[in-house]
Amino acid sequence: MAEMKDITKYKTGEHILIKGNEALAEGAVRAGCRFFSGYPITPQNEVPEYLSWRLFEVGGTFIQAEAEVSAINMLYGAAAVGTRAMTSSSGCGISLKQEGISYIASAELPIFYANVMRGGPGLGNISPYQGDYFQSTRGGGHGDYRVIVLAPNSVTEMGNFPYLGYKLADKYRIPCMVLADGLLGQMMEPMEFKFDWVDINKLPPKDYTLTGCKNRERRIINTLYMDVNILERHTWHLYQKYREIEATEVRYEERYTEDADIIVVAYGTSARVAMDAIAKARKQGIKVGLFRPITLWPFPKKRLLELTARSSKFLVVEMSIGQMVEDVELSLQGKAEIYFYGQPGGIVPTGDTIKNQISKIKPVSDVSDSGTQKLNSQSKVIYLNDI
Amino acid sequence: MIFKRPEGLTNTPWRYCPGCGHGIVHRLIGEVIDELGIREKTIGIAPVGCSVFMYEYFNCDMIQTAHGRAPAVATGIKRSHPDLICFSYQGDGDLAAIGTAETVHSAARGENFTIIFINNTIYGMTGGQQAPTTMPGQKTTTNPYGRDTRIHGFPIRVCEMLATLDGPVYLERVAVNKPVNVIRAKRAISKAIKLQVDNKGFSLVEILSPCPTGWGLSPKSACEYMDKVMLPYYPLGVFKDLIK
Ligand SMILES: Cc1ncc(C[n+]2csc(CCOP(=O)(O)OP(=O)(O)O)c2C)c(N)n1
Ligand code: SF4
Repeated sequence: MAEMKDITKYKTGEHILIKGNEALAEGAVRAGCRFFSGYPITPQNEVPEYLSWRLFEVGGTFIQAEAEVSAINMLYGAAAVGTRAMTSSSGCGISLKQEGISYIASAELPIFYANVMRGGPGLGNISPYQGDYFQSTRGGGHGDYRVIVLAPNSVTEMGNFPYLGYKLADKYRIPCMVLADGLLGQMMEPMEFKFDWVDINKLPPKDYTLTGCKNRERRIINTLYMDVNILERHTWHLYQKYREIEATEVRYEERYTEDADIIVVAYGTSARVAMDAIAKARKQGIKVGLFRPITLWPFPKKRLLELTARSSKFLVVEMSIGQMVEDVELSLQGKAEIYFYGQPGGIVPTGDTIKNQISKIKPVSDVSDSGTQKLNSQSKVIYLNDI
Repeated sequence: MIFKRPEGLTNTPWRYCPGCGHGIVHRLIGEVIDELGIREKTIGIAPVGCSVFMYEYFNCDMIQTAHGRAPAVATGIKRSHPDLICFSYQGDGDLAAIGTAETVHSAARGENFTIIFINNTIYGMTGGQQAPTTMPGQKTTTNPYGRDTRIHGFPIRVCEMLATLDGPVYLERVAVNKPVNVIRAKRAISKAIKLQVDNKGFSLVEILSPCPTGWGLSPKSACEYMDKVMLPYYPLGVFKDLIK
């Protein structure tokens, strides 16, 4: 008998060199994904390319769909029959998937997907960008719903978040996404899978999937509620679930926040670059720390507010004209000064650029001095791009 | 008892207008489900349109989908569980306007599921607007002067269009406006689903179906109108049958 090929490919903890997009794809298969459908778009093409042979190896399904609209609806079908399914895209492709994501959120099916962000709006460009924060953290499609948003900042996290993603998606019956960007997707660095190969046959059975009604009542997956009272009840049910997720699933990383006068708030690639800036600033004696939200929804509001006890200045850095900064503003409740530095266009700021922004901020509050810093009339945020 | 409700249908009374074709076709599908003994492994897919509530009417596992996306959902279902039997049920707006891409590409891929396509030349649910199948000259709520092909373009003949593809194994157009046609319609539905059970590939049955409300006709004259006006434009028959 021919020896069975080991389909697990990598050992847990084994050090490998791999592209971010490929780590994401392999991580998904390792976490039990057996269905992928998607439509090509740069900078995420390595995901479908990798899965086109890798899913074949493990007996899964890969489909290059005719459009993103179809791709997400194929996931709706696959998840409805209990398969761990995935799609990935970027920018405009994710916009097309929003209709389907809204249906899947209402039907409470678990799916996992990734947006490897590219420049926008419109066709934008194919460079790393963080302009899809609002779209991701506010549900993205029509109706009152949320999806869990995980923001990796390394190839290791790209590869390991699919495991967390499917776990959360199954636990809460909710779409869960990875919000990465072109840099994280394209770069290669050493990484390791920190979780064991998931045996899909050992996953707990689901009592809501469509498997044929043999020996049981028929099941219906539906998102239509013509009776307003029933839709109201359904929406409050979703609300309860979202409150529970906000209470239990917040994830973030802190670096040097214990003694920080200034805290940089950034996610993904911006957070990586910010670490370089922070190291440089610390060498000059400026006490700066990093707060990196890992779950963008649920957003770590509570922890940010706690940090105002020690730090009175927060610098939000995003590769956009400012989106997450609004969540920071809401979280801090006016208890600290908020600065913002944005880099749109698909350009990754350098550590030095961010370091220069940090230098613009006076570590100790001096209200009489704030005249030199332009205050945005609507919000309390000081836009360092203007200074 | 010689006439009873098929087990494939629930007892929920359906909410269709008098003389509507949807109820007739539902019954035919229910009978076929019974005759093929597939109720316990069938997944039905409801579209967006007057038949959206069919998830209440079929006594098998059901999923309701976004407008036009049923073939994509069916693809996801069948590719991950090929042993399930899956049919989508779609109107002309759903299938031949907003869902054209899903229809054409699932047919081209030769997905092994069955589409029951209801062609009533109108958007029933939203109040009788123009469909991609609306007849030249036909009045609708968005063609108050009748469909002028110079302005509104021409209707789509779905079976003929899909017959140009290599993917489908079986395409037939039938009608439910009189008993002899209803018998033929059932035969076509049965054949299409049987082909799926035998893993033969993509099958679609287009069913010309009366919408008295949308057409502003009585149920009886709607059926006569079909014979006179619709059938000459949409000829009945088999457009593809690779497995004779
Ligand atoms: C994305 C989207 N656009 C529009 C609608 C509104 N809508 C509901 S049913 C329908 C037309 C249905 O017509 P058809 O498919 O011919 O089915 P019928 O009602 O005639 O059976 C439309 C446009 C919708 N539900 N979703
Ligand atoms: S509007 Fe037309 S298609 Fe809809 S239920 Fe009434 S007769 Fe049937």
